[in-house]
Amino acid sequence: MYSQGLIGADGQTHEDAAFLAAFQARIDAEQKIEPNDPMPEGYRKTLVRQISQHAHSEIIGMQPEGNWISRAPSLRRKAALLAKVQDEGGHGLYLYSAAETLGVSREEMTEQLLSGAAKYSSIFNYPALTWADIGAIGWLVDGAAIMNQIVLCRCSYGPYARAMIRICKEESFHQRQGYEIMIALCNGSKEQKELAQDALNRFWWPSLMMFGPPEGDSVHSNQSMIWKIKRFSNDDLRDKFINASVPQAEKLGLTIPDSDLKWNEAKQGYDHGEIDWDEFWRVVKGDGICNRERLKNRRRVDRDGAWVREAAMAHAQKRRARMASARIAAE
Amino acid sequence: MSGTCETIMASNQTLFSYVLRLADDHLILSQRLGEWCGEAPTLEEDLALANIALDLIGQARALYAYAGQVEGKGRNEDQLAFMRYERDYQNLLITEQPNGDFAHTIVRQFFISAYMDPFWRRMESSKDEMLAAIAAKASKEVTYHLRHTSEWVIRLGDGTRESHERMVEALDDLMMFTGELFEMDAVAQEMLQSGVGVDASDLKAEWQHTVQTILQEATLELPKAGHMQTGGRTGRHSEHLGHILSELQYMQRSFPGLTW
Repeated sequence: MYSQGLIGADGQTHEDAAFLAAFQARIDAEQKIEPNDPMPEGYRKTLVRQISQHAHSEIIGMQPEGNWISRAPSLRRKAALLAKVQDEGGHGLYLYSAAETLGVSREEMTEQLLSGAAKYSSIFNYPALTWADIGAIGWLVDGAAIMNQIVLCRCSYGPYARAMIRICKEESFHQRQGYEIMIALCNGSKEQKELAQDALNRFWWPSLMMFGPPEGDSVHSNQSMIWKIKRFSNDDLRDKFINASVPQAEKLGLTIPDSDLKWNEAKQGYDHGEIDWDEFWRVVKGDGICNRERLKNRRRVDRDGAWVREAAMAHAQKRRARMASARIAAE
Repeated sequence: MSGTCETIMASNQTLFSYVLRLADDHLILSQRLGEWCGEAPTLEEDLALANIALDLIGQARALYAYAGQVEGKGRNEDQLAFMRYERDYQNLLITEQPNGDFAHTIVRQFFISAYMDPFWRRMESSKDEMLAAIAAKASKEVTYHLRHTSEWVIRLGDGTRESHERMVEALDDLMMFTGELFEMDAVAQEMLQSGVGVDASDLKAEWQHTVQTILQEATLELPKAGHMQTGGRTGRHSEHLGHILSELQYMQRSFPGLTW
């Protein structure tokens, strides 16, 4: 989510050397940058892009899971899923607020999402086909998101870092909840275990893609890294995720769908097979099975809700006017 | 001696029915509200509708669990919620009505909250300790539901011409389902007489007062009460319930008897 938010980010900036050096000194001293602090335009733009794409991902991410609320298999699971999807809406709200501190409005960001100008995490263009997908999404997709987001709690931009602390707490709850769904499936019948394995098969590779493509050696000269918006390379985070997830899959008795996956004693981590980056780019660019549908849904919701928002505004204006005239009459 | 036993058996059956129908009301309404998740006119409202739905699921769970206990046949909340046939559900017809546009959802929720608010308050003094305890929690929650929906009724009624017209239509569409709220059948009568249940017919005046006060502020009127639909309590539903159940029960029916 986070790395994808930086794809195509324009860190270009035009301030003079003294300004940039003073800013960099604050970053290097691990001082948090706050909304009214001077900051390079490139820093501001990079953050707006990343935070808004993160917010959009939360909002679009409500769709695949929302799709299962009406069909959840028990009342307890239904309540937990609804609460989870609600949390995602809440995360979207904090993140839009964090981005607004950088001088962009929620309306503008929404417009960018609806027009297709802004992206969201490509994982949400994969469909949630069975109940087990709800488990796999919690376990793997939220798990991958946490790997990214834990680091973002130390991001140099204060409002983003603080929003992320709260989001991380909720995400880790979601991740445990997802894993618990997987445990129930894997302790269940043969059919349930098959559902779990099938969901893992479909969500494993897209989860690995969530970290974004390898950046190669150039990563340390990456402007986002220098500004401490980003703190680890995509590959480093992906490796951490794989190392954490493999033992979890083993505990479930499930097989990771990667025949090249093996423990590397020297690096004390797993080596993995080739990721299909063609698929990644295809989905990022709009050709996943759900891309069109996700955006169309969002546009429909925006359109259907327009009269409600207009009515709320109109009522607020009328009320203000009535209160003002009552005040005048009283004087 | 055996006479006393039969009385207890009979009233247990009645109590089971009484608790079960209340549980059905809350389950079906929460299922409807859950359909709004990700679809609401603003992000804030998305969270608010989900909150209300979650309160309702919580109430339904407490009620089903208690109904199962009263019945004493070992059925748990999920067996009661998911494994019955359409004609066995006893929810009020208004709870199963489609979400429609936001005006319909708000009017439906407003009508029901304005009823459940005094209902739960009275139930707090039920002789049945479990129902009194469920009511104590639910009455705090429904106060918020009523406030939230009242605010929307006012905004939408007073807002724009379009929102006003949509509200008029929603009121017209849903009015005929409000009579059922106040019906007292044999089950409700028996529960009232034993100090367990609430006199629903006695809530009508308060309901009308609440509804009319808010509608007046919203520049709306309560439609004239024509023929009132009824049937939910005896399992005679609108066509909508079957579709709700086909989604609700999908997993439990496809994979019977498993743990999730």
